[in-house]
Amino acid sequence: MTTTRIIEIECQRFNPQTDSEPHFQSYQVPFSEEMSVLQGLQYIKDHLDGSLTFRWSCRMAICGSCGSMVNGVPQLSCHTFLRDYFPDKVRIEPLNHFPVLRDLAIDQTDFLAKLESVKPYLIPDTEKTPAQGTYLQTPQQMDEYYQYSECINCLLCYAACPQYGLNKEFTGPAALALLHRYNADSRDAGSAERMEVINGENGVWGCTLVSYCSEVCPKGVDPARAINQNKINSTKDYFLRFLQPRGGK
Amino acid sequence: MPAPNLLNRYTRPMEGWWRRNPFYLWYMLREASCVFIIAYALVLLCGLYRLSQGEAAFNGWLAALATPRSIAFHGITAMMVLYHAWTWFKVMPKTLPFIHIGGKRMPDAAIVTSGLAAAVVLSALLFVLVWSGRS
Repeated sequence: MTTTRIIEIECQRFNPQTDSEPHFQSYQVPFSEEMSVLQGLQYIKDHLDGSLTFRWSCRMAICGSCGSMVNGVPQLSCHTFLRDYFPDKVRIEPLNHFPVLRDLAIDQTDFLAKLESVKPYLIPDTEKTPAQGTYLQTPQQMDEYYQYSECINCLLCYAACPQYGLNKEFTGPAALALLHRYNADSRDAGSAERMEVINGENGVWGCTLVSYCSEVCPKGVDPARAINQNKINSTKDYFLRFLQPRGGK
Repeated sequence: MPAPNLLNRYTRPMEGWWRRNPFYLWYMLREASCVFIIAYALVLLCGLYRLSQGEAAFNGWLAALATPRSIAFHGITAMMVLYHAWTWFKVMPKTLPFIHIGGKRMPDAAIVTSGLAAAVVLSALLFVLVWSGRS
């Protein structure tokens, strides 16, 4: 049997046509044991205030659309339950460090450009035709990158990263983790092409290992680890050029 | 009616960001603990310099260490060093490539624990060595 209780959900509201700053609006939402924060937002939209704007799609922590700040912590709202906050209220804000378009919807254009900059696709040494067969890999080789490939681009890690908040040029956790995902793949030969992003002013050295990104990641990607692996790679790349003829190229 | 400004964006300012979440506070404390470690290194270096100046100078430095203010400083510094060491080992797995033992990946907790255990054993060993070498 499900009991229905009433919880207060406080949402940040921002209308770009009329507001210069956001404000908060409270709603009294009836909820049952199994209701997520996202379902709370959907209840508001369906029954209390149709103008509330937020993104969502899959409802099962796969699509990465519904990220928001829940009581100040970056969370997937579909992955967070109202019962865990009751009897206190839940305060929902758009993800930190991103420009807010309207209410809880943020503008992720900046991230998409960064994602593109790390060449997030396999760059094989020699292209194979389908007739030549597949690229083979051992389970251990797969283990080297698998967790990094679990990223769903939900941007919770960017909302957790104060370095990104302070410097929007910083490539940031998810893009650098995906960069490492391809560099660590035995089928990939594009490391040299991605080195410029790693070594650059806004590459891995922009990270100070706050490591909150890894804490909030809903998929266990551990972006802080991917970034700090590449501090080693970047250091090697820097020093090896003095030892190797023609700058190690 | 003027056209609505759909390009209007709001970005939250960063002022006081480190006070917004306890995780950031602990991070700032980790960074700040370095200052105490530098200060402690300078005090030791000062002792070395006083030693080079002769016995009287060194005894003066030892006397300065025994003042309540100095003891308070060393107490706080010891706590800061312990916290710094703890955070150092806590993030150690993030700085290492995956370690495979017998075909299995070493869990992060095992890396942290072995780092901490090594630090405790080595510190105890150093302490016993120095303590037993006292005249």
